[in-house]
Amino acid sequence: MHDVTLTSYRVAMSPDIAVEADGLVKSFKETKALKGVSFQVPRGKILGVLGPNGAGKTTAVRILATLLRPDAGRATVAGFDVAKQPREVRKRVGLTGQYASVDEELTGRENLLMIGELLNMRLGDAKSRAVELLEWFDLTDAADRMAKTYSGGMRRRLDLAASLTGHPEIVFLDEPTTGLDPAKREDMWDVVRAIVERGTSVLLTTQYLEEADALADDIVVINHGEVIAHDTAENLKRVVGSQTLKIRPTDLAHTEQVRAILAEVATDAARVDEQRRGEFSVPVPDDSVLPGVVSKLASAKIEVTELSLALPSLDEVFFTLTGERNKSLADPTQIEEVSA
Amino acid sequence: MTAAATHEVTATIPHGPLDVLRHSWVLAKRSLVKTWRTPEGLIDVTLSPIMFTLLFAYIFGGAISGSTQEYLPLLVTGLIGQNIAFASVGIGIQLNADMEKGIFDRFRSLPISRIAPLFGAALGDIVRYVLLISIMVGTGYALGYRVGTDVWHFLGGVALAMLFALCLAWAPMLVGLIARSQRAVQGIVFMTLFPLTFASNAFVPTESMPGWLRAFANANPLSHLVASLRALWNDPNGPGAVADWHSPVAWTLLWCAIFVVVFAPLAIRAYNRKA
Repeated sequence: MHDVTLTSYRVAMSPDIAVEADGLVKSFKETKALKGVSFQVPRGKILGVLGPNGAGKTTAVRILATLLRPDAGRATVAGFDVAKQPREVRKRVGLTGQYASVDEELTGRENLLMIGELLNMRLGDAKSRAVELLEWFDLTDAADRMAKTYSGGMRRRLDLAASLTGHPEIVFLDEPTTGLDPAKREDMWDVVRAIVERGTSVLLTTQYLEEADALADDIVVINHGEVIAHDTAENLKRVVGSQTLKIRPTDLAHTEQVRAILAEVATDAARVDEQRRGEFSVPVPDDSVLPGVVSKLASAKIEVTELSLALPSLDEVFFTLTGERNKSLADPTQIEEVSA
Repeated sequence: MTAAATHEVTATIPHGPLDVLRHSWVLAKRSLVKTWRTPEGLIDVTLSPIMFTLLFAYIFGGAISGSTQEYLPLLVTGLIGQNIAFASVGIGIQLNADMEKGIFDRFRSLPISRIAPLFGAALGDIVRYVLLISIMVGTGYALGYRVGTDVWHFLGGVALAMLFALCLAWAPMLVGLIARSQRAVQGIVFMTLFPLTFASNAFVPTESMPGWLRAFANANPLSHLVASLRALWNDPNGPGAVADWHSPVAWTLLWCAIFVVVFAPLAIRAYNRKA
């Protein structure tokens, strides 16, 4: 089958853009879920949409997957307008929602067969595609068990497999790892990378900064229905310096002395930030500052319970951008730790 | 660019006007598989009707018709009307569960007609109604009921009852799509069905009712269905006979059309709107 038929045409757009959202607005009764959100997913890339709960991520995904109509703004997916040509969009996208949307009373294989048949595959093709996907997602052994017997991770994988049944050009992954344990999360990351290797474009929403950092080429940060940043992970990190020094004096009486020491080494003295009382997190240019800080602490006889140098996490980025500390966000990945 | 990714698509059957039917069939298979796996979900169309038949025949038979045997031609047809209406709650509950579990999001994100999931659910329910009618007639036979016409009239009655069931189903489907829990679906549907099934000719002659109630009972769609079954099945000279089937059948068909015209668009709209 060819993409272009007599009844469908793609709106003019750059061939390098898989998804384009332009000024999307959506309200639910009193709540303004989206207040003019714009972003692009380049073809064959992963765009990470990052934000806390209630930021509007899911609403944006549902609009792009044609499940919701925007109040204003427009969006094109695979070159088709989501409002005017929803059917063309649906032919080309796969959606994996926050909650696995599989039929629990069918087996894994039956779920995939059903989707294949609904996509008008011939029965034989639907069957072989199901086998292929079950194998890829490591579900072959569980293929003929009802999905309600699956673990959370297996269900998510089956859900993702269902989304990929029709070889979509674009896959929307709405918080694909929420609720999974860390090991399962990394498995899922591998799967996402594999999808992209096959030429699929991915829009991924997440509240895990670590996840966006690990997977996404570009990151859009959304908060309260607004895009507050749209950049590469690399550039976003530059906003907060290349490393983050964390330090916590044992005795709160030393707080001010510690603050003074940190102000000397920080990239920006104004950003010596006290997260909780007596707990500092400071952007520094590189790890060469560490010995200096340690010797200053030693000569001032300040004991610390924590002294660590971490890769700047997107948590810091988020904090810098919004001024809000979000407790649910992941901790930065610590690469070095010195205990006093 | 994406040519490779898109054209790797395995051979698909071209989209056409038959898609709605094919997709509905795929989704009907889904509910059939589930019915097969959880046969206890069939209690409302198997054991309940048997229980109703026994209770009503022996408790009300004597009081209403003088004897159980005399009552059976009224009762079997009346109970089929009532139980078809009661069984329709199942589809509402099923749709509500589907919505809650997110599987509808999956269907909505697929390039299939939006009527297919609803139509498929109704189609899958046919099995339940076939079972229901067979069991009711079978129980009636065991108690002594006999169809007094011929096989064609009998099958005509079965077909009419099935059609009625499928058209009526749009109402509980609508409830299933707008109610916020499965319990609410059950409450709303039964609250509507109880007066509808009892304020009818199903169990007692409407002549015994006060005027206002008789007017309602005579206009009641279920009364028309039950009258049609009595006309098509019962011995024209025996108890519970209705002389001519043309008029009640015409009324029943009209009501079927009304159910579809009113409730199907509302149900489809509710399905499309559900965020």
